[in-house]
Amino acid sequence: MSVLEMRSISKIYGRGAAEVQALRDISLTVPAGTMIAVMGPSGSGKSSLLTIAGTLEEPTSGAVLINGQDVERMSNAAKARVRRRTIGYVFQDFNLLPGLTAAENVSLPLELDGMSARRAHLAGLKALEDLGLGDRARHFPDQLSGGERQRVAIARAVVGERSLLLADEPSGALDSANGESVMRLIHTYCKRGTAAVVVTHDAQLASWADRVVFLRDGRIVDQTMPPAGPETLLEQSS
Amino acid sequence: MSVRHALLALLSEGPKYGLQLREEFEARTGEVWPLNVGQVYTTLQRLERDGMVETASGDTPIEHDALGNVPGAPQKAYRITPAGSAELSQWLRVPPDLSSPPRDELVMKVLVAITVPGTDVHEIIQAHRTYLVQLMQEWTRLKEDEDGSDLAFSLVVDAELFRLDSVVRWLDAADGRLRRARADGWAPARTAQATMPALARRRRIGARQQ
Repeated sequence: MSVLEMRSISKIYGRGAAEVQALRDISLTVPAGTMIAVMGPSGSGKSSLLTIAGTLEEPTSGAVLINGQDVERMSNAAKARVRRRTIGYVFQDFNLLPGLTAAENVSLPLELDGMSARRAHLAGLKALEDLGLGDRARHFPDQLSGGERQRVAIARAVVGERSLLLADEPSGALDSANGESVMRLIHTYCKRGTAAVVVTHDAQLASWADRVVFLRDGRIVDQTMPPAGPETLLEQSS
Repeated sequence: MSVRHALLALLSEGPKYGLQLREEFEARTGEVWPLNVGQVYTTLQRLERDGMVETASGDTPIEHDALGNVPGAPQKAYRITPAGSAELSQWLRVPPDLSSPPRDELVMKVLVAITVPGTDVHEIIQAHRTYLVQLMQEWTRLKEDEDGSDLAFSLVVDAELFRLDSVVRWLDAADGRLRRARADGWAPARTAQATMPALARRRRIGARQQ
């Protein structure tokens, strides 16, 4: 059973002459512990794919299954639970809250979900320590560098052992060293079992994924195969 | 690619044997570029001919290799000369001449695909894009397993990733440019006739080299 399954998803915006077909018959399976990167030009439907996968938007047709459960058949309460507990979002406008420290930002979703403030705080601190940002726990977002903020946002999205991470350009405007550390972080969470879908225009960042899917005009036009073991490349060159 | 300057750099540390030079070159470039020992000796001969290196005499202390061995005799040891040091210095400081664009096979493929009847250039671009990203995945796999302690290796792998990435980005730009041009009603020219502006451009680029 995959963490995320999208079956023949189509999405149409607007009506009549103004109709735009954002996604056409998209099928995608993301097992636990794997990272899928989605690449494509603007207008290819990447962002719609992510919002539909995240149950934030409904498809026009097709089904989204989270841990085997059809989202359409869920009650609103169940859907809200999935969004709080199962899925973590790293979207461009889901910034850290400026009035909360790094630790408070990371623990907030846990508290909102009903965890005791003390336990949530400890979980948040641990997540930051795992990132090597333990000494930043009491800093406010404007005291953190761009790279640190992004990593705190990812910790926030994953804390509480959420099983699906959805990220839209998680390395945003970061330089290559910071971009790489963000991808390494997501990769680490995937090794622990998280499933991740990362939308990116940057091939170097996409190359951290187990599979890269190429979107064009709302369709999947190609994808890479999972790479073989690391020995292959170096053997070929000798 | 010539390894003469890399060999001069290694010899600038002290006299060495040919085999030693090969081992050190490979070790210091992250073991990513295997070097044929024949190429090492040929290059050393040319360097000697050019006065950049000379054979080290018997009373000169020879550096032991990384394992503490003196590589088995009989072998010639080489030493850098003052001319060789000057050449190395010059090579390090002066940027190479990058003004002539190399003929690039992929660029040519795309240019040709535009005009070959029945060819969908966008499909060709996608096929190459998938291949390149797949390769990049394999290189990044190597980075994942490496903890960052082999700096040379990280530098070389980064270089390769940036190189492949630049091709992917050009393919994306070409893809977009072709779509917009077609949408604007552009069609490929059937006859090859250099226009006046194009000829003037080429002459200007050549002139900069003088």
